[in-house]
Amino acid sequence: MNKRSRRKMLVVLVLFGVSVATVLGLTAFQENLLYFYSPAQIAAGEAPDSRSFRVGGLVVAGSVQREEGNLAVQFDLTDNTATVPVSYDGILPDLFREGQGIVAMGKIDSSGTFVAEEVLAKHDENYMPPEVADALKAAEQARRNESI
Amino acid sequence: MGGYAFFVWWSYGITFGVLLWLTWSSLSSKKKVVNRVKRAMKREAMQQSNQVQ
Amino acid sequence: MFSKIWKWIQTFSSPKYFYGTAGKLIPWFAAGALALTVWGLYLGLFVAPPDYQQGESYRIIYVHVPAAWMSLFIYVAMAVSASVGLIWQIRLADVIASASAPIGAAFAFIALVTGSLWGKPMWGAYWVWDARLTSELILLFLYFGYMALQSAIEDQRTADKASGLLAIVGVVNVPIIHYSVEWWNTLHQGATVTKFDKPSIDTSMLIPLLLMALAFKLFYAALVLVRARNEVLYRDRNRRWVRELIQKL
Repeated sequence: MNKRSRRKMLVVLVLFGVSVATVLGLTAFQENLLYFYSPAQIAAGEAPDSRSFRVGGLVVAGSVQREEGNLAVQFDLTDNTATVPVSYDGILPDLFREGQGIVAMGKIDSSGTFVAEEVLAKHDENYMPPEVADALKAAEQARRNESI
Repeated sequence: MGGYAFFVWWSYGITFGVLLWLTWSSLSSKKKVVNRVKRAMKREAMQQSNQVQ
Repeated sequence: MFSKIWKWIQTFSSPKYFYGTAGKLIPWFAAGALALTVWGLYLGLFVAPPDYQQGESYRIIYVHVPAAWMSLFIYVAMAVSASVGLIWQIRLADVIASASAPIGAAFAFIALVTGSLWGKPMWGAYWVWDARLTSELILLFLYFGYMALQSAIEDQRTADKASGLLAIVGVVNVPIIHYSVEWWNTLHQGATVTKFDKPSIDTSMLIPLLLMALAFKLFYAALVLVRARNEVLYRDRNRRWVRELIQKL
């Protein structure tokens, strides 16, 4: 092979590589375009029932129940429209707490409980010092008390 | 760093490591170009003097 | 009128003129980038308070977000230069585009790696295939594709045309990256600063972020000129002005 045809080969290879990468990327994209379903979508029967999928929502305050001696945990997940019970046996991310947004990967079992294999925390786009957050919370509390 | 030192320092290390490496390689590529042109000029000068003889 | 503008553009985009002017600008951009980085890092790492939710780990924002912004900014700059080169045949525009690609790729890589180092402690995973992360990865591939085409095709004009076309087509990915967090359910949270609303970040945390973003912009300005000067020297290696210049070195 002379130099020119080698170059041509290289160009073809590069184009091939880029298109394969793009197709792979887009396929992954297509499948996960909807990265997670909401509890309301599950309630409406839009989520797949045979394969595992992801569900995202807020951990209902006061719903987290831990079993003693192991990592098993149960909690309710809500999007303020519908609520789904979730069970999980594994290490939770640092940000997992009540009221926190999370995304869980798993399947719905026959009793309607979402059995998670993986739990990821989703944080919001707000950044503030702890004192500011506390002050905001206090102000919110005061407003609520006033309205009662 | 509140238990996150590993993640925070690696992030900063990788960021500035990559940027410094890119800077260094960009600066040093000038030398390569200059040397290449110098060599070409020397070669051409030699060819020319050969032709004159 | 138009011919005057055209002449003006031609003077300023002549490689020889560019080489001299760029050489004078580089030290200023570099000094600005260095000063702003030191200032931004000091405020970001030592002065800014920890986050109410993420504690100290959120400090990764000061390299992650500016790098991600730069990866998009440089891509647009590259595509615009490439189209100027394609349409008006201004050679310097192609040089700027090809000098930008490796810098943009570096920033996309940094955004992906630091994001993954941030994702592990906060989300619980180094990587997820959500729309934001996937589209940023595709951006890195687009940079790689551009660079591969540039180096694979020997004839410079053909190389500029082919890679320029790829750069222009790839621009569709830019709005996808930006709006991915709104269009689809993603694990990645929504925009904090780049939205029409007031930024949802405390001022004491926002200032170092903006300083770092400006520092990275100046760094790009300096480095793209360094790389473009090398590229101009190389492309014009058989021209007289380069020969005369190198003789003087």
